Amino acid sequence: MKYIDEFRDAASVRRYADAIARITTRSWTMMEICGGQTHSIVRHGIDQLLPQGVNLLHGPGCPVCVTPTESIDAAIAIANTPGVIFCSFGDMLRVPGHRGSLLAAKARGADVRIVYSPLDALKIAQGTRDREVVFFAIGFETTAPATAMTVAQAARDGIENFSLLISHVLVPPAIEALLSAPDNQVQGFLAAGHVCTIMGYWEYEPIAQRFRVPIVVTGFEPLDLMQGIYLCIRQLEENRVEVENQYRRSVRRDGNRIAQQVMRRVFAVQSQRWRGIGEIAASGLGLSAEYARYDARTRFGPAEVHSEQPSECMAGLILRGLRKPTDCPAFATRCTPERPVGATMVSSEGACAAYYRYRRHDGTGAGVGLDMGRDASP
Amino acid sequence: MCLAVPGQVLSIEGEDALTRQGRVKFGGIVKQVNLAYVPEVAVGDYVLVHAGFAITIIDEPEALKTLAYLAEVEPEELS
Repeated sequence: MKYIDEFRDAASVRRYADAIARITTRSWTMMEICGGQTHSIVRHGIDQLLPQGVNLLHGPGCPVCVTPTESIDAAIAIANTPGVIFCSFGDMLRVPGHRGSLLAAKARGADVRIVYSPLDALKIAQGTRDREVVFFAIGFETTAPATAMTVAQAARDGIENFSLLISHVLVPPAIEALLSAPDNQVQGFLAAGHVCTIMGYWEYEPIAQRFRVPIVVTGFEPLDLMQGIYLCIRQLEENRVEVENQYRRSVRRDGNRIAQQVMRRVFAVQSQRWRGIGEIAASGLGLSAEYARYDARTRFGPAEVHSEQPSECMAGLILRGLRKPTDCPAFATRCTPERPVGATMVSSEGACAAYYRYRRHDGTGAGVGLDMGRDASP
Repeated sequence: MCLAVPGQVLSIEGEDALTRQGRVKFGGIVKQVNLAYVPEVAVGDYVLVHAGFAITIIDEPEALKTLAYLAEVEPEELS
């Protein structure tokens, strides 16, 4: 497929590995923000092509992983309401809340449907006017424009049996929270290419300067990731601090302004709880006053709040880059994708799920090699 | 979640700013995609599609520059 195959060329990737080895004189620790990048890195063995001492930490950019348990509980409560059709991206169904998952609710008879786009949920609402249709709107800035446009369409077309349970999150406040933590180890960031496709990267420039940390906007294919790592290490080695854009075929400095306009109209920035991490100021999106009537939380009333239960899951430490999945005693034993203890084992973008899939039988963590197959589906 | 897949625009339908759509080809699969966020898109362009929406038009010259980058900064690598 054009724009995929040529960015998976194994010879080019190896040439980058050589180039990185040549410019690297000491240990460096970088973090890739996005779970899609984590999946690609682990799948293709990118981290294993890097010189000893160059360490990639996996960041919090997995929306399924950071959606708070309270939101899952609210989703289950709404899905169990008679007459409701509850629509969600497929990844969310297995994520455990305090009491079960959406999948378990579906098995007990709740009408839970998997959709690929929020527009699919709106279409269901248009075709089923006697039912309440609720969409579980999760995701980062990449996904928020899809939600925003769906809300705008619903309002324009007067579709009132439609509402949203929103748990949208924003990347820059999370980066600042990570960098402000006393135990931060991250010296350079690979910023998420598709988030920046929407938002641009001008917001990252003051963050890079304030924390003296290079940031390279990076794509998702092996060659993108190797080039992003190369650019980041070159900055670190040359003691430069800049925001560089590796993913130029998709990302412009200002981002997609139309998408930003629609987001600004439909959403209002608010404080947000991140699963395993906690509350981060101004890191979430709720509906603006103009569209507040589409908020499923007010339409269906607040869900029962459960206190956080003790769990051996260390997803919070993993999402902050302080541990690797294989450090967890439950990894691949008591916690598997079929019976996940934490959300990072559920989503394909969760670090634990990626390690389970590609590193489980690999005691040394070496020799996985390049997997240049394709799994892309629209 | 933030996966976005490149595909080629085969046709464009509708004038409405919110619901402008197109048929986009991904390898062997053709899907309807909302084009509201890429108003300047033309048939034949490649777009990145996420959750039913095209979020950007892929810049071909920039893609080629990315592929050629290492050979330019480290030309000895080609020998």
